[in-house]
Amino acid sequence: MFPRPIQKSSPAWAATYQALVPMALILWLLPLIAVAVFSVKPDVDFTTGNYWGWPSAFKGFENYGKVFFASDMPRYLWNSVLITVPTVIGAVALSCMAGFALGVYKFRGNLLLFFMFVAGNFVPFQILMVPVRDLTLDLGLYNTKTGLVLFHVAFQTGFCTLFMRNFIRALPFELIEAARVEGVAEWRIFWFVVLPLMKPAIAALSVLIFTFIWNDYFWAVVLTQGAESQPVTAGITSFNAQYRAAYHLMSAGSIVAALPPVAMFFLMQRHFIAGLTLGAVK
Amino acid sequence: MADTTMPQSDGAPGWIRRNRQALAPALFLLPGVLFFLFYVIFPIWQSFNLSFYRWDGLGEPVYVGVENYVELMDDRAFEVSMWNNLKWLLLYLLAIPAGLAIALFLNQNVTGIRLYKSLFFFPFVISQVVVGLVFSWFYDPTFGLLNQILSFFGFGTLNVLGDPSLVTYGIIIAGLWPQTAYCMILYLTGLNAVDPEQVEAARLDGAKGLKMLWYVIVPQLRPATFIAFVVTIIGALRSFDLISIMTNGGPFGSSRVLSFYMFEKALSEYGFRMGYGAAIAVVLFLIMLLFIAYFLWSMYQEEKGGR
Repeated sequence: MFPRPIQKSSPAWAATYQALVPMALILWLLPLIAVAVFSVKPDVDFTTGNYWGWPSAFKGFENYGKVFFASDMPRYLWNSVLITVPTVIGAVALSCMAGFALGVYKFRGNLLLFFMFVAGNFVPFQILMVPVRDLTLDLGLYNTKTGLVLFHVAFQTGFCTLFMRNFIRALPFELIEAARVEGVAEWRIFWFVVLPLMKPAIAALSVLIFTFIWNDYFWAVVLTQGAESQPVTAGITSFNAQYRAAYHLMSAGSIVAALPPVAMFFLMQRHFIAGLTLGAVK
Repeated sequence: MADTTMPQSDGAPGWIRRNRQALAPALFLLPGVLFFLFYVIFPIWQSFNLSFYRWDGLGEPVYVGVENYVELMDDRAFEVSMWNNLKWLLLYLLAIPAGLAIALFLNQNVTGIRLYKSLFFFPFVISQVVVGLVFSWFYDPTFGLLNQILSFFGFGTLNVLGDPSLVTYGIIIAGLWPQTAYCMILYLTGLNAVDPEQVEAARLDGAKGLKMLWYVIVPQLRPATFIAFVVTIIGALRSFDLISIMTNGGPFGSSRVLSFYMFEKALSEYGFRMGYGAAIAVVLFLIMLLFIAYFLWSMYQEEKGGR
């Protein structure tokens, strides 16, 4: 193990380390802690200049209550759910199949197709912006959640296929060969042999894509406008325009907007990290 | 074994049965590939094409040849965006050593370390919109924490986001925060897999500290470093959210990068110049293409060794 385990060094240093870690953490998360404290402050604290001091009163319920009951925030949140969940399902489904095809079969152009997905996934969004916006307008899907979902599914399929294909490659190939010798149809091999083994990859990808799409801002701005279809990342900017200088409400709104992916991360931590770090170890 | 429980014959006609090995991948690939071609590959080609037109997004596009590109050469704002992109690219790479440093710091077995690790990772999970908001408050000249700290040490106020010479650095620092967290998690995973026998052997040979890190540990972390490099480069070139939230390109357009400038030209209230925007996007794409080619080449080298 590197660095040398702390238990093997002097007790004094071990104790210092134990104290150092939480201090470093507080420093690291200071901006977030500030927002969390902001969100429970009463508005007088901001007019009297008590920005960084202790809240003069606890107004958490009032502030969050306002976000939930007196603003468009719940609509934005619900829009985000309606955009994120179908995207996750669509992208994972498409990439399971594509990844299976690329990972299991040998055919001409296999690597070429695979690299098309990989390269497309690295492309800067901006080169897609004008044509995709145009396409969405032509389909009559501008400013709809469907338009956003369709694009997200297509784009995320690139990353997901890269992920799935590499995962399937690492599975024991003998299983598939054994099934083939028995004369099992290919789609049955996919459904009954490979898919059950892909559960960890599906879980990892689902949480990752959930976070990516929930946090997407660029496409939300390009393809939607207004509370009827905008997700929460875009909604938070209009929320903030509405409550300009009301820092306690802006903070509460931001925390609400950021919470679902955070909850997802903590609930599915193992899968999340497994997904992010796939390929980081040989 | 799962396969023993499955029915053996599925009654498919002879032709399908014979060509199954060839047909199956095509069918499995079809939906994904079609979607991807339609929404990703085809639009790239369209953008290239559009960059030779003048178009306001409503009327008929007018073919203007390379006029958009000629105009780019003399466009001061484009030049500023290019330089800023370069700053982003170079400084964003700091996330890699910073992530490694934090990973080394946290790679211990003490009580609660798992929780600490996931809390350190926290900034990556939060939307960049929120990160941008948080940092613009941090920099705020009237109440921001940064200026409170500066005045505590007796320095004057610094309006980071209002100063054309500082603004890009200020935004990059905000971007480094989640990116460092990402690199940290990559390295923590990598450190977990470092071969303990090699470390012990090197220790017996008297290697320690930085020497050990550089000659024994870092080479073993190569895969993690590669991924950290890939995601950081992409993150740097995609930077848009933070700029849009924190400064909206200002002051005086000094914090624009290509991705933001392109958006502004094509879709802002100053008129829809789709063709010109597309030309900017093409330049950004070509820069990215250098890196994409390198990534693909690296992956290809790996693949050749595989099955």
